[in-house]
Amino acid sequence: MTWSATARGAHQPDNTAFTQQRLPAWHPLLSASITLPLFFCAGLAFLGLGLGLYYSSNAIQELEYDYTGDADEGSCATCATEDQGRAPPPRCSCSWYFTLSELFPGPVYLYYELTGFYQNNRRYGVSRDDAQLSGLPSALHHPANECAPYQYSAGLPVAPCGAVANSLFNDTFTLWHRRQPDAPYVEVPLDRSAIAWWTDYHIKFRNPPLVNGSLALAFKGTAPPPNWPVPVYELSSDPNNTGFVNQDFVVWMRTAALPTFRKLYARIRQGNYSAGLPSGAYRVDIAYNYPVRAFGGHKLLVFSNISWMGGKNPFLGIAYLVVGSLCIVMGFVMLAVYIRYQDQDDDDNDDE
Amino acid sequence: CAGEEKRVGTRTVFVGNRPLSETETYVAQRFCDNRIVSSKYTLWNFLPKNLFEQFRRIANFYFLIIFLVQVTVDTPTSPVTSGLPLFFVITVTAIKQGYEDWLRHRADNEVNKSTVYIIENAKRVKKESEKIKVGDVVEVQADETFPCDLILLSSCTTDGTCYVTTASLDGESNCKTYYAVRDTIALCTAESIDSLRAAIECEQPQPDLYKFVGRINIYSNSLEAVARSLGPENLLLKGATLKNTKKIYGVAVYTGMETKMALNYQGKSQKRSAVEKSINAFLIVYLFILLTKAAVCTTLKYIWQSTPYNDEPWYNQKTQKERETFKVLKMFTDFLSFMVLFNFIIPVSMYVTVEMQKFLGSFFISWDKDFYDEEINEGALVNTSDLNEELGQVDYVFTDKTGTLTENSMEFIECCIDGHKYRSETQEVDGLSQTDGPLTFFDKADKNREELFLRALCLCHTVETKTNDAVDGATEPAELTYVSSSPDEIALVKGAKKFGFTFLGNRNGLMRVENQRKEVEEYELLHTLNFDAVRRRMSVIVKTPGGDILLFCKGADSAVFPRVHNHEIELTKAHVERNAMDGYRTLCVAFKEIAPDDYERIDRQLIEAKMALQDREEKLEKVFDDIETNMNLIGATSVEDKLQDQAAETIEALHAAGLKVWVLTGDKMETAKSTCYACRLFQTSTELLELTTKTIEESERKEDRLHELLIEYRKKLLHEFPKSARSLKKAWTDHQEYGLIIDGSTLSLILNSSQDSRSNNYKNIFLQICMKCTAVLCCRMAPLQKAQIVRMVKNLKGSPITLSIGDGANDVSMILESHVGIGIKGKEGRQAARNSDYSVPKFKHLKKLLLAHGHLYYVRIAHLVQYFFYKNLCFILPQFLYQFFCGFSQQPLYDAAYLTMYNICFTSLPILAYSLLEQHIHIDTLTSDPRLYMKISGNAMLQLGPFLYWTFLAAFEGAVFFFGTYFLFHTASLEENGKVYGNWTFGTIVFTVLVFTVTLKPFLKQQRMYFIFAQMLSSVSTWLAVILLIFISLFPEILLIVLKNVRRRSARRNLNCRRASDSLSTRPSVRPLLLRTFSDDSNVL
Repeated sequence: MTWSATARGAHQPDNTAFTQQRLPAWHPLLSASITLPLFFCAGLAFLGLGLGLYYSSNAIQELEYDYTGDADEGSCATCATEDQGRAPPPRCSCSWYFTLSELFPGPVYLYYELTGFYQNNRRYGVSRDDAQLSGLPSALHHPANECAPYQYSAGLPVAPCGAVANSLFNDTFTLWHRRQPDAPYVEVPLDRSAIAWWTDYHIKFRNPPLVNGSLALAFKGTAPPPNWPVPVYELSSDPNNTGFVNQDFVVWMRTAALPTFRKLYARIRQGNYSAGLPSGAYRVDIAYNYPVRAFGGHKLLVFSNISWMGGKNPFLGIAYLVVGSLCIVMGFVMLAVYIRYQDQDDDDNDDE
Repeated sequence: CAGEEKRVGTRTVFVGNRPLSETETYVAQRFCDNRIVSSKYTLWNFLPKNLFEQFRRIANFYFLIIFLVQVTVDTPTSPVTSGLPLFFVITVTAIKQGYEDWLRHRADNEVNKSTVYIIENAKRVKKESEKIKVGDVVEVQADETFPCDLILLSSCTTDGTCYVTTASLDGESNCKTYYAVRDTIALCTAESIDSLRAAIECEQPQPDLYKFVGRINIYSNSLEAVARSLGPENLLLKGATLKNTKKIYGVAVYTGMETKMALNYQGKSQKRSAVEKSINAFLIVYLFILLTKAAVCTTLKYIWQSTPYNDEPWYNQKTQKERETFKVLKMFTDFLSFMVLFNFIIPVSMYVTVEMQKFLGSFFISWDKDFYDEEINEGALVNTSDLNEELGQVDYVFTDKTGTLTENSMEFIECCIDGHKYRSETQEVDGLSQTDGPLTFFDKADKNREELFLRALCLCHTVETKTNDAVDGATEPAELTYVSSSPDEIALVKGAKKFGFTFLGNRNGLMRVENQRKEVEEYELLHTLNFDAVRRRMSVIVKTPGGDILLFCKGADSAVFPRVHNHEIELTKAHVERNAMDGYRTLCVAFKEIAPDDYERIDRQLIEAKMALQDREEKLEKVFDDIETNMNLIGATSVEDKLQDQAAETIEALHAAGLKVWVLTGDKMETAKSTCYACRLFQTSTELLELTTKTIEESERKEDRLHELLIEYRKKLLHEFPKSARSLKKAWTDHQEYGLIIDGSTLSLILNSSQDSRSNNYKNIFLQICMKCTAVLCCRMAPLQKAQIVRMVKNLKGSPITLSIGDGANDVSMILESHVGIGIKGKEGRQAARNSDYSVPKFKHLKKLLLAHGHLYYVRIAHLVQYFFYKNLCFILPQFLYQFFCGFSQQPLYDAAYLTMYNICFTSLPILAYSLLEQHIHIDTLTSDPRLYMKISGNAMLQLGPFLYWTFLAAFEGAVFFFGTYFLFHTASLEENGKVYGNWTFGTIVFTVLVFTVTLKPFLKQQRMYFIFAQMLSSVSTWLAVILLIFISLFPEILLIVLKNVRRRSARRNLNCRRASDSLSTRPSVRPLLLRTFSDDSNVL
């Protein structure tokens, strides 16, 4: 490699553990005597965990109602027939009645679920402008090209732009409760705050700087998304919940991973309902606005309570149970194989 | 610089660049300057040249294409995701190559900027080495290195000689004497040398260090040119060092890149390892998988989109432009998009990691203490790091005999004078003929003959003496030390000393010999007829004190016997053959008297031939041939060449490792055969098949006899080994072993026997026989034939990996030819070590080099390569599966940051560390149980089987990652506050599981993206799922490993038992050569 003509006196190599490749090493020898106990331990641990998970998942109650109105039952069917193929559809409202014979333990969460809705479609998913949503004034008036065809509306920049914002879920629900058969329905308070991720609500989504203390002026010169009946600054009367930081909007903007998804609508934890929903008759008034039958989808309303491991999810418990029992079964198989070979070895040794 | 100059004809150099006379005008010739350029790049062409070279690599080019596609087409991921890794890889490689080139630049500069002194206009001028021009007169002081190839003009000694060591060129550390031309000896001051008017005519530069032909024309005042011939003994080579001489003056004839040293460093071809071929095959498979995936996705996308509300639902309308694009064009861009999405299945950083692994890994070889040899104070040297893993794949080992298997340190054993045996008293010998000392045996032959023989030994050599010299340091004070390029000669001179004749050295052309009566006899050395490998003999012509002119000749028996009177041969021949059988090197000594008239003729012829400019070699040879005839045989000598330390154990280990060891030697058959027995290449039970001139010459028609023999041997072997390589592996336990002996002339008969198709046929039969034999010995091989054999084996079916090991210049061709060339830093010079890929001090080091280092490197690199493909398939499969759930919309599952950093940051370092340090089996176990080597032979770990194993594991794990997370997402929420996750969380969970699994994987054997990761970590369920999924994905492999271990444990136990019983029956360890008794006939067919 080099031209140096003088013969370099090569020195004796260093005698260190590293250069002589004799570093102390732990050889994870997966021999039967080590792995068998490990298998049994892991199996038992997994079984225990699985049982725990399974029971805590089973303890979670869910109440689901498909209010799409396909099946010609319930009051939403009329709304469903009216929405055919129209966007935005006409305003329509319907109700869902249900009775709880015992307490639905709280805290209770109200979700809406959509099926067949591809929020994870790439063309849909990229159709937003995060700079605009973070309140950058320059981006407000110059939405990103990805937003097309919801970038400009009648020459005005759309705020918030893009397909995700345009398709904001706009059904609304109110929950009414009647303790006695003759008593009037009392509205159950729905807590619509803090349903979005903290980081989304506080960092990713910001309103543009107010102009003369007014949000409406800040959005001056922009158009609302075509499907929206109201501009973004009128989503709510609460100044902390309107514009880009509207909780519903923020929740919607976090696109779902799969075509069937649930999104949090509200939490029930106020007043008499902090311990859950007491027994009695209930009515949910639904403002049926969102068209889903056009793409073969469904809309569901879900009441659920939550444990330490989240919502009802038997998968994790079952999977742990299956893997745990598999571990133990394999442990036994291994033991059998091990013993057989052991015998054979002994025989061999005797032969020698 | 002198590219246009052709290497034919001669060049004329004017000493001092002065015109020969005032009348002639001096035309300055253009030769290249004395700058050495070994660097590849300059500051200016580095970027374009390096980039061009890097993009010639398939993988780099592929990523460039992907990058360009991403830039031009609307693709799911930004160009950064493939651009950044590519940039990283390119940069790292460029930095490495740049650094290496900088080192070369620095080394060049060191040489080019060193100061030299040039005589200009009778003044001593200080200059930089690179400024030397051809024709300059250069002054070199003691212990300085010659800056270019110089013709010695004069030295500070009166006889115009100087001593030079060429250790850095060919490793010969002894001092060689160089001579100045007689007419310029006196010019030893700057002033006088300036008055010299001379021109040198010499051949164009050529790389052979030992060849030089030239002529110097010296113009004295009379303007009459005096011509003197110049040979290699006048040419001081760049790189050699001046010793024992205060200063010399020389004229530069070859400079810079035209020096012999520079020419020798060029043209070393790049060797590529077999692993790289496997990588390319895997790449093609993965490329195919990639294309299939992209095609499947594109098709399914259009099937899915045939439903209108899937194609364009109300919430996700297309732009006008998108609607208007042609469907075919859209399908094509979709296809490209999918390709871009899945392109990470091709591991971009693999090449760089592999290269780093090789580069860093090779240090372990040079660091290895076991390769350190105290005698030469050096360890192993790695010249190429590309071939580390090839060391674990060797099928055939070709080894030289002299200096490789044997020590090449000679010991005088005995001699024979007129058929009477003399044995030196100091020698320990076997019980056959115990001697009482030399004198008692001296009355066996005629006293005159004895003295003649001993004088011949003292005179017929090229040994030099050194007394109290400071050069070698290793001399005992006040005692003569003999220095020679051939250890045989020293042994002979020392042997003569034992019998009372001491060579005292040369003085003024007189060789001084002290005889038994302590008288000093002086012989005038008239001519030396040098030794060469073709003639296999050397002679000297001396004038005795009495005025007689004698020629003494010594050489191989085959070279001497035809040139002596027939009746003398018989007695000596028996002796020579018996000695050869015992593994000694024998030389025959002959003499003849030359009449004064004849001598004059001979003298004239010799001088004429030596002066010749063209074909000097051939002419000299012819003259030598004429002179060395009609000689009288006096006797023979035998010299023992000791076996190298542990040579036999090494060969046994290599055999046990399933390697085939072939010995290729230039030595004669008997000697070579006995060495083979001594180093246990042949066992006493081995049946030898001989294809030598001896067995063939008996019949009239050689070819027919050859044909018969070939057919017969083949039948025998085919009968013995029914079929398949399986039985071959068991060969040395169950079957009769066969060894083949072939010599050079028979080999050439086989290879080039009459031009028709039969020769091809012979070759095939011969190869079949070779492959069935456990050991093959090829003797009487010319260097080129050695290479021929290696090439022949290399091109066998299944292209086995060959390794050549040798120490001398005659092994260079075979070292260069084979896949892996190993040089031994031996006594015959450094040429072999310099041309090799690896060099070690001793043959015994081959064992650890192959069995431990080679095995480990192969396993490491195999794991590294498989792992790279595995982890990228794991990485991309969830991405592919996700397409089924997002409407084939090319939605990436992972964030761009993950896509970019996965290969560079998250997963590359653990595997690099693993691939450097992994020792799946302890080194000591590897060296002590050679059979382990067989497990990885034939590229076993990179075959289709292991590849599919890894691929299926990767597919399984990828599927577990994806579907595990998929089912996990079938819930309202994974958090205790009821909040909902989105698609990026999905990807991040998959990615987390992936990175953990992939990183844990080698030891069965993180990161932050925005806020998603933090949010995800707050969920207990996610953690549980992560743990579960990691466990599930690793579960099958744990199972497999455990099962395998159970089996292996019992297998090992069986093996131990068997080994225990084996060891009882094993033959006692190697017997010393001399104690060995074997009957020759019982082993030969």
